[in-house]
Amino acid sequence: MTSINVDRKIQSRDTDNTQDVPGSRAPLVLNMDKFNQVTQQVCQIAEARRTPMAWYITFAIGLGLLSLLGFCIVYLIVTGVGVWGLNNPVMWAYDITNFVFWVGIGHAGTLISAILFLFRQKWRTGINRFAEAMTIFAVMCAGIFPGIHVGRVWVVYWLFPLPNQMEMWPQFRSPLLWDVFAVGTYFTVSLLFWFTGLVPDLATLRDRAKGKIQQIAYGAFSLGWRGSNRHWHRYERAYLLLAALSTPLVLSVHSVVSFDFATSQLPGWHTTIFPPYFVAGAIFSGFAMVVTLAIPAREMFGLKNLITLRHLDNMNKVILLTGCMVGYAYAMEFFIAWYSGAIYEKFAFINRAFGQYWWAYLLMVSCNVITPQLFWFKAIRTSIPIMFVLSLLVNVGMWFERFVIIVTSLANDFLPSSWDVFTPTWVDIGTFFGSFGLFLVMFMLFCRFLPMIAIAEVKAVMPEADPHFGDDHGHDDHDSEESKEVRA
Amino acid sequence: MSETPKASTVKSDSPSRAYGLIAEFETPAQIMKAAERVRDSGYKWWDCCTPFPVHGLDQAMGIRPTILPIIVFFMGMAGTSAAFVLQSFTNASDLTVWAGVWVTGYPFLISGKPFMSLPAFIPVMFELTILFAALSTFGLMFAFNGLPQLYHPLFRSKRFRRATDDRFFIVIEARDPHYFKARTREFLESLDPIAVEEVKD
Repeated sequence: MTSINVDRKIQSRDTDNTQDVPGSRAPLVLNMDKFNQVTQQVCQIAEARRTPMAWYITFAIGLGLLSLLGFCIVYLIVTGVGVWGLNNPVMWAYDITNFVFWVGIGHAGTLISAILFLFRQKWRTGINRFAEAMTIFAVMCAGIFPGIHVGRVWVVYWLFPLPNQMEMWPQFRSPLLWDVFAVGTYFTVSLLFWFTGLVPDLATLRDRAKGKIQQIAYGAFSLGWRGSNRHWHRYERAYLLLAALSTPLVLSVHSVVSFDFATSQLPGWHTTIFPPYFVAGAIFSGFAMVVTLAIPAREMFGLKNLITLRHLDNMNKVILLTGCMVGYAYAMEFFIAWYSGAIYEKFAFINRAFGQYWWAYLLMVSCNVITPQLFWFKAIRTSIPIMFVLSLLVNVGMWFERFVIIVTSLANDFLPSSWDVFTPTWVDIGTFFGSFGLFLVMFMLFCRFLPMIAIAEVKAVMPEADPHFGDDHGHDDHDSEESKEVRA
Repeated sequence: MSETPKASTVKSDSPSRAYGLIAEFETPAQIMKAAERVRDSGYKWWDCCTPFPVHGLDQAMGIRPTILPIIVFFMGMAGTSAAFVLQSFTNASDLTVWAGVWVTGYPFLISGKPFMSLPAFIPVMFELTILFAALSTFGLMFAFNGLPQLYHPLFRSKRFRRATDDRFFIVIEARDPHYFKARTREFLESLDPIAVEEVKD
């Protein structure tokens, strides 16, 4: 099928490495004991002359959806927001649902790259690169929706505090403006973090490149990295700093997104549980997306010895944990709606579960509360087909969660005379599915031309990377104080 | 970087100018041992090039901790202040200042909220703290490393290409005052490398 030929058998076989043996660390890289094998396996995906047929098919689907997105956006701009199914009480529907959905997806990437890094979870090295890429592309998809929902897209720069002819400024006491800063910062920092991680691996590709174009492209983007240890020293410090900065950032972003709702006075939105509940939901949906992407990617490019069953098992455990948190939040919301004695709040929740959108609520609860509970069973956590289906269900459920929160609260607010029903138009639906096209196209291009696995980081977690590997103990104790001052 | 020794100029023992000598090693343990020897032998202009950061090599080379985190802290604080000034100027003052163009603050009343609403300013202050700190981490890390530097004499060496793959190199530069081609080569060979090679400038 492809020109990928190094030990195809090893790479396309699932080895069960989920057993925990007391006293020894579980291997993170299977069937490899040379650094060169990692380089070879990851680089040959970007260097291959021929790409797997599955890649072309996925890319074509992505391009088709992307053109649908382009068409829907142009149609929206030349016609007006009336082409969406919005009406008087429901002035936010698919647009903000999609925005929250995509931003949420991104959170898993940052969790893997930053929080798991701070917690020294070494298994993150196998999946962090493409999870971070997923974050960036998801935030790009998210950014489209607030951009186009403003109505007059040509004055979208009013979002930013720029001097303008009206001598007006944005309203900094509004959570919508906090969102601009939170999502803008999130995108920028994620991109910097991702690129910082990429530089040494791009240098690897540069040093292996045969063609002129590859040499120039990888050469320019690797910034002249040559693996100097004086550089590595600052690099590692900078990487730690970026991880430490991204950790509170990722928690803040979805909190700020939830403020869009929580600071309003609408029943069903005006709750203090929203920030942690949104963050847990974001990580839940994001991990489901990582699993959804990892399974076909490791299949298509033969990466089963680097993205092992243990990685998937671990991610499923995170899905289980965050799924329980989301389920708890659903229950607690209901409890507080009753316990508060606020009649509008109580009505909002009963209406969510049994009103006109009961089917959406049912989908949300069954996908988000019941589905992850299956991950208590190890057989399910380690079964590729089952976890793939379950991760898709979680994605569906999390989209409906945002839909339920946004639309049911708006459709039936305080005054029955102003109630209405939201029905999506084809433009709503087309824009939503189209955003998957943008995501797929970006992700497929990333898989094809960039190192999908963090080569340098994976090498560093191999047992062979430890200077104490083997029996060589000849050098002095490098933790002692005097060795630091030897140069002086 | 701070205690830069005077680079000795033209080396008499080589007709074409050499950048330095590189020695190739196969494992992290070997380069660790070798780096300690180079460090103790008094060379200043030397380096280790590795495909990934080798744990403990910083100490073995005697690299001083970078001041990057301290600068980043102050850049973060600058972000906090910038956000506070931006918000209180635009939403809570009617001052006119020159910032490229003349701009005037516009305190406007929204649902009776105070103009100077510090709690409401916190999210943007937080975000700009992170943004300034992250941008300076990224920018200064590469700047301190002297990158981007798309050309480097080491890229002339075919052997050196494996520094980003699976080999570990020690580089001693010709501008080091202790550098003498024959003696340095002899010294590097005593470290038990796979190969020693001269790189031209």
